[in-house]
Amino acid sequence: MSRSITLGQYLPGESLIHRLNPRMKILALLLFLILLFSLKTYGGLTALFFIALGMIAVAKVPFRYFLRGLKPILYIVVFALIIYLFFTKGGVVLLRIGFITVESEGVREGIFVIARLFTLILFSLLVTLTTTPLSLTYGMSYFLKPLRYFGLPTEEVAMIMAIALRFIPTLMEESQRLMRAQVARGADFETGSIFRKAKSLVPLIVPLFVSAFRRADELALAMEARGYRLGARRTRMYEDLIAPRDWAVLSFILVLFSAALAFGL
Amino acid sequence: MVNRPEIIVEARNLAYHYPGEEATSFPALSGINVAVYRGEYLALIGPNGSGKTTLLKLFNALLVPSDGEVRVEGVSTIDEVEIPRIRRICGMIFQNPDNQLVATTVEEDIAFGLENLALPSAEIRQRVGEVARMLNLEHLLQQPPHLLSGGEKQRVAIAGVLAMQPGCILMDEPTAMLDTASRRDVNDMVRMLRQNHNIAVVHVTHFPEEAAFAERVIVLNQGRLVRQGPPKAVLTDLSLLHSLGLQSTAASELAALLREDGFELPSQLLHNRELVDSLCSLELKS
Repeated sequence: MSRSITLGQYLPGESLIHRLNPRMKILALLLFLILLFSLKTYGGLTALFFIALGMIAVAKVPFRYFLRGLKPILYIVVFALIIYLFFTKGGVVLLRIGFITVESEGVREGIFVIARLFTLILFSLLVTLTTTPLSLTYGMSYFLKPLRYFGLPTEEVAMIMAIALRFIPTLMEESQRLMRAQVARGADFETGSIFRKAKSLVPLIVPLFVSAFRRADELALAMEARGYRLGARRTRMYEDLIAPRDWAVLSFILVLFSAALAFGL
Repeated sequence: MVNRPEIIVEARNLAYHYPGEEATSFPALSGINVAVYRGEYLALIGPNGSGKTTLLKLFNALLVPSDGEVRVEGVSTIDEVEIPRIRRICGMIFQNPDNQLVATTVEEDIAFGLENLALPSAEIRQRVGEVARMLNLEHLLQQPPHLLSGGEKQRVAIAGVLAMQPGCILMDEPTAMLDTASRRDVNDMVRMLRQNHNIAVVHVTHFPEEAAFAERVIVLNQGRLVRQGPPKAVLTDLSLLHSLGLQSTAASELAALLREDGFELPSQLLHNRELVDSLCSLELKS
């Protein structure tokens, strides 16, 4: 049962993209997004789209995972398309229904925006599919480090996130056990209105919370017993090293930026 | 106790009451004088609420004595600065295997204590590798804790403590939530640690069979030390154990019943094998 619980969308692999430093991946994603939103032409956008496809090929992640990731944004796509088709004016009138018109500029911009959105999702999925949630957490906490100066305990926040990730499967197992215990006593989680279903979850959530707090207490004690101290310096088992391949990726992105600037893409 | 080796943990006239409970009838612990010697296997027994867990927490500096003191390798646990060192020397294993594993993989969890000691990464990896080899955990290193069995989780917890190269391991009913096979696994490991690594073990247990393997048994009741000695003396004192609501090993209990019925059995029987042997020799005599 517990084996079916997977966290996030991470797909294990050994590719170059998998092995990149998570910090670099987050930085690269950010830079790609900036690039994506500064592109003005179809040419530039198409080039970036193919770069995304190329990286997906390098990561060896089956494309269906990306299609699955694109599904949730279909509504947004349809909505955006409608807005652009009917409200952006300019160019040749393509369609006229009474006083509503669809003009060529609207079609052009609508498709541009959607293509941009798809590319954006591809890049983001590329990061989340090739990085463990834990690495992502540590990567992000690195960029939050400057906030230490404002009193935000970033190391501790990263530890909290890591522990949360560790305990999600444990708590899910527990909730399933509680649910079965309640079903055995005649509880019904399946039928009735949404309101009824939500109400039937109360006897599940209360014991789950109680046990989570008890766990937290015991875990805090165990951590302290093993020498964990707030604010004390810690080291990591695996150093967070920036390898030459990380610099290569960064330079590649900078080349893309200069190309975009030079050719006015 | 003459010419025993070095003392590793020592409680002197130790007393403790939990904050806000000063007014209750008896403190959690009072007047405790105990020494734990290097490489010794010490079992701690007593009814619920007798202060066993409290004593372990005092040894690990999770609690600070209300009166008297605890010294770990000669250093008092009151000394705030020494706490990291004390916790390295006195590792602690808890009852619930689920609630003491911190990291998302086994190897990171074994490394947790070492990371807290701020050791260099290379040394952490080396020590984790060594401990995993020693405790046969190598095939599990990449596993997340929730996929392990209870016994495996306890072994990982022991590995995490062992990686810190402790002088003493404090175990708070580590086998209480395990099945029989895992319990045997953990107990074998404890014996191995003692023999091969000269690490002292203080084992709080509800299982008389486990206490029977210790070198010394301490009985606590209502926060006081009521009896200590080798298991052959303490665990065969059935009137004391029964008055505290405790039991001795199956062999010892059975031998007592047989003695009541007129069988002439020696009074210091603890293990099943000893009982069987004495019964057989009775048969031969008659």
